[in-house]
Amino acid sequence: MSSEQSKYPIGRSLFEGVSSESLPKTKSRRQNRGPLLPVFLVTPSAIAIIVFIYAFILFTLWTSVSRWNSPVMNLSLRDPAWITYSQMFGAVRWQCDLRNLGVFTVIFLVVAIGVGLLLALLLDRKLVASGFFRNVFLFPYALSFIVTGVAWRWIFNPEAGVNLLFSACGINKLLALFGAPPLKPGWITDPSILFPVNDILGKVFPPVNDLSVQLGIPVALIPVVIAASWQLSGFAMAMYIAGLAVVPDELREAARIDGASEWQVYTRVIIPQLTPVTISLVIILGHISLKIFDLVFAMTGAGPGFATDVPGVFVFEQTFKAIRYNTGAAASIVMLVLVAIVIVPYLWRTARRTK
Amino acid sequence: MKAPFAGSLRLGIPRSIGDWAALGALCFFLGVFVMPLYLMAVTGLKEGTNVSLSSMWNLPQSLTGGGFSEAWKRLSPSMVNSLLMTIPATIISSVLGAVNGYVFSKCKFKGSNVLFIVFVFGMFIPYQSIIIPLVKFLQTINLYGSVLGLIVVHVIYGIPITALLFRNFFDTLPNELIEAAKIDGATLMNVLLRIMLPLARPAFIVAGIYQFTNIWNDFLFGVTIVPNPKAQPITVALNNLSGSFSVDWNVVMAGAVVAAIPTALIYIFLGKFFVRGMLAGSVKG
Repeated sequence: MSSEQSKYPIGRSLFEGVSSESLPKTKSRRQNRGPLLPVFLVTPSAIAIIVFIYAFILFTLWTSVSRWNSPVMNLSLRDPAWITYSQMFGAVRWQCDLRNLGVFTVIFLVVAIGVGLLLALLLDRKLVASGFFRNVFLFPYALSFIVTGVAWRWIFNPEAGVNLLFSACGINKLLALFGAPPLKPGWITDPSILFPVNDILGKVFPPVNDLSVQLGIPVALIPVVIAASWQLSGFAMAMYIAGLAVVPDELREAARIDGASEWQVYTRVIIPQLTPVTISLVIILGHISLKIFDLVFAMTGAGPGFATDVPGVFVFEQTFKAIRYNTGAAASIVMLVLVAIVIVPYLWRTARRTK
Repeated sequence: MKAPFAGSLRLGIPRSIGDWAALGALCFFLGVFVMPLYLMAVTGLKEGTNVSLSSMWNLPQSLTGGGFSEAWKRLSPSMVNSLLMTIPATIISSVLGAVNGYVFSKCKFKGSNVLFIVFVFGMFIPYQSIIIPLVKFLQTINLYGSVLGLIVVHVIYGIPITALLFRNFFDTLPNELIEAAKIDGATLMNVLLRIMLPLARPAFIVAGIYQFTNIWNDFLFGVTIVPNPKAQPITVALNNLSGSFSVDWNVVMAGAVVAAIPTALIYIFLGKFFVRGMLAGSVKG
């Protein structure tokens, strides 16, 4: 499989293999004829992209500053135009969403990329059945987020699932010996926030005191992060395996000959060589995380006290349940901006390199 | 202690303590990764009366099909919808992708590189940011709420990724191939139809699998464009099944298995191409 994977040496560029060489003789001939047919061939798709992506985005942007907050279309501007945005950012629910999105993205990236790297390095030792292990680890990626969400909701049912496993392995008996209550987290039903940081942050950065949201890690979000990592760690692993295939063996051997320990070979040689893969993963998984919707929708929805609400779910509910089109549109524009911040520099960099 | 070339000589048999530890770690992760699949299967196989929370980890007491017959009864219409949506959309968007990819790779014109980036950005956007005008547009042209509407939507929003997949593929083919054909008097259309498309078979498989999986697994378009239960794709139907008031977990888990089967089969039998498309496209959701 690794030979197939190295066909697309990701971690360098999405636009791999762009060849600028073209024979000058034929080039002039082609210019004389005029590139009409190629232009003609892509025109339908180009029109579709410009209308259905760019024009639609502009329409959504306009909606977000309009008075359209009922089934009846009303595209007149609000006064001031940005008031939908300022009202939204002042609302507790949206502040929860942004907190959840930040917490989710950070923990998810750390877990998925960390587990992916660990699995790739373990498999790189080429022990027995490594093909089998690899296929199982990647399998969840083929599933729908809805399937994943439905399954993990069952697993994190507070009356069953992992909590039964806790009892089964004797943790609760041990806790009872010390007179402690049994370990039985409410998981997706738990509205509490771990590690609240408002007070500390407020001292450093006073505007935090004005927030109406409790900053910290919502307990109910943890199962969602675990489910997302279950689905996408295999993807990170596959990317790292492809990256490892192009790390030259000589490099490791040279390091070993120079007296590096196994640990040093990994931390000083192999992992630094994989940095481009890591950057790609942060961008790809990061933008998936910013767009996350299906998984949360199927697993928890908005959650207790908006503990698992994210912008993707917010947009859906504002637009299609509450029929507040301008608020839904404003939230989706914020999502788009966040994704663009991640993606545009990446596209820019890869495009420049191909020139 | 490590022989310099130990890696290339051993046959996968663990030799050192480190190897045994690595194998142990792999087995641990194997357990974690298989656990949800195991739970889905055993819960789905239980009869309604046997699905008690306290025995959820146990194997079913008898093999009678459990929740599967009920899940199939409730999900098979939407399974048909999903197939009717996914197969045509996959084929059309692959063909479109082949044409676009060919032009972006082999017939560059002034501005084509910029246009390509304009295309590719479209595959990263959150579709929430186009959903309001999209729904209004589909309502205007009477495609709202139908499988045909979903096909159109998936074809359009599949243009960026398929263009990217095919362009990357055509970039690996030598330009001399076209030049030789042109010297022999072939027109551009001839080159495309007679030489390039037949050569692009692997790219069609990769793009086809990629699009099939993506479209099958889509939820956002399905749930926003098709309120009518009769035309809903399976992801939406499964979500409704699990969201109903009294949850029959055996039926829901059996339903999850049923909904996962087509993409799981593709993964199992065409895994090589699946991985290729995944790494080349690298986008999900």
